Amino acid sequence: MSEVQTAAPLLRVNDLHVYYGAIHAIKGISLEVHENEIVTLIGANGAGKSTTLNTIAGLLKPRQGTVELHGAVLNGLGASKIVPKGLSLCPEGRRIFQQMTVKENLEMGAYSRDPAEIPASLDEMFQRFPRLKERERQIAGTLSGGEQQMLAMARALMSRPKLLMLDEPSMGLAPILVEQIFDIITELHQSGATILLVEQNAQMALAVADRAYVMETGVITMQGPAQELLHNDAVQKAYLGS
Amino acid sequence: MIFLDNLMNGLSLGSIYAIIALGYTMVYGIAKMLNFAHGDVIMVGAYIAFCGLQYWGLPPIVAILAAMVVCTVLGITIEGLAYRPLRQAASLAVLITAIGMSYLLQNVALMIWGANPKSFPRTFINSSILHIGGLNVSSATIYTILANVVIMIALTLFTAKTKMGKAMRCVSEDRGAAELMGINVNRTISVTFAIGSALAAIAGVLLCSSYPILQPTTGSMPGIKAFTAAVFGGIGSIPGAMLGGVLLGVIEIFGKAYISTELGDAIVFAVLIVVLLVKPSGLLGKPVREKV
Repeated sequence: MSEVQTAAPLLRVNDLHVYYGAIHAIKGISLEVHENEIVTLIGANGAGKSTTLNTIAGLLKPRQGTVELHGAVLNGLGASKIVPKGLSLCPEGRRIFQQMTVKENLEMGAYSRDPAEIPASLDEMFQRFPRLKERERQIAGTLSGGEQQMLAMARALMSRPKLLMLDEPSMGLAPILVEQIFDIITELHQSGATILLVEQNAQMALAVADRAYVMETGVITMQGPAQELLHNDAVQKAYLGS
Repeated sequence: MIFLDNLMNGLSLGSIYAIIALGYTMVYGIAKMLNFAHGDVIMVGAYIAFCGLQYWGLPPIVAILAAMVVCTVLGITIEGLAYRPLRQAASLAVLITAIGMSYLLQNVALMIWGANPKSFPRTFINSSILHIGGLNVSSATIYTILANVVIMIALTLFTAKTKMGKAMRCVSEDRGAAELMGINVNRTISVTFAIGSALAAIAGVLLCSSYPILQPTTGSMPGIKAFTAAVFGGIGSIPGAMLGGVLLGVIEIFGKAYISTELGDAIVFAVLIVVLLVKPSGLLGKPVREKV
């Protein structure tokens, strides 16, 4: 390990167990995200990456274990009460509100905030995502895939999260758009955002992340600095296709 | 002239269906369930207004407001006690619970008010017949159509402009994503039931102002027809409920006037079947979109 983290982590997940009915989907995982870090969770389809994020966000209830943000226990609160505490999930498949305009989608992202602060945040998002400004009044369902992903990310940022969780932001996008999305992630990181990133595109994810966890069928099998994992033989064989 | 008389009657009946259908369609759109007890909430609203006018000597407006308050509380209570615990259950379980709730309300009404039909008192709503040109129009017809228009405009503005209205649209489209925005889904569903039930109270008073016989089953048939209207217009769609309700009322009255009095109801449901064969999502309903 190159550096030792001394400060308390922003997010600490401890011994998390999640079930879908009788199926034990997450079998006791623990992970940490420190402030200003990009941490990525990689692994094959069905490893439990999205389940982990959905549980942290409060959409799923863990049977055992804790999720703490800044030392405050979150689990059991439910998603709508977790958002105001500073945690935002940009879900898999984008799930923007197709029948609302771009602007309305962004406003919904700030639902739990003081309405007086929304215009400033809107301007900020339009600066970061000029394409969304151009399409401000357009119905979101008519946007292209890449634009919808940008909208989903901007919407998640509208709650001013301390931790932004991105679930498969590159899914279903053309390679050039995938690069754009990862450029945005890097920019967000440079401006001080803390990000927990779930990706199937392990190569790209490891390239932008500080640290990474590798998940396999509900357990974490490897962890470490992203650069180390990027050059790890086992990771390369399993996830990087070389 | 008879044609115009029939048209006015059809619009009036259709407006009542439309106001009831709004309750069905909003609850369906947001909670994804068919609240078959909705028709019986109308009946309760009518009884409360009846008691207010007949026994408590309330002015009509106050009696209507009392009915709205009672129905609002009733709607929220039904949702909280009967439907909320089943949020994760199979939709069939919820449907059967709703049917059970419908019978429960009817039987409680039977206990309280008895089986004998009550005659709904005259109020300002149905006190006069207006002569417009050669037309004889009951004031109830005018009030009913007016109420429908006002409610439609108010609801459209509410869902388009207000924070709660927008939250409802979000929950309707994607409940999980709505939660991720910080929207309290349970509270949103409660408010939906509250609005639907308050509208049911208004519908109950309007219904009994035009057809002044009140008994515990008064809400059943209008409830079923309004549900039909909601499906006809495209369930989940507010303008669809309006259009479906008004069209259904007009079709029913014309069917009874020009085709067959006995077959009036059959014609209504036959129209529904034809529409659903041609356009399964209803007149204004959006076909279910594939998620990309």
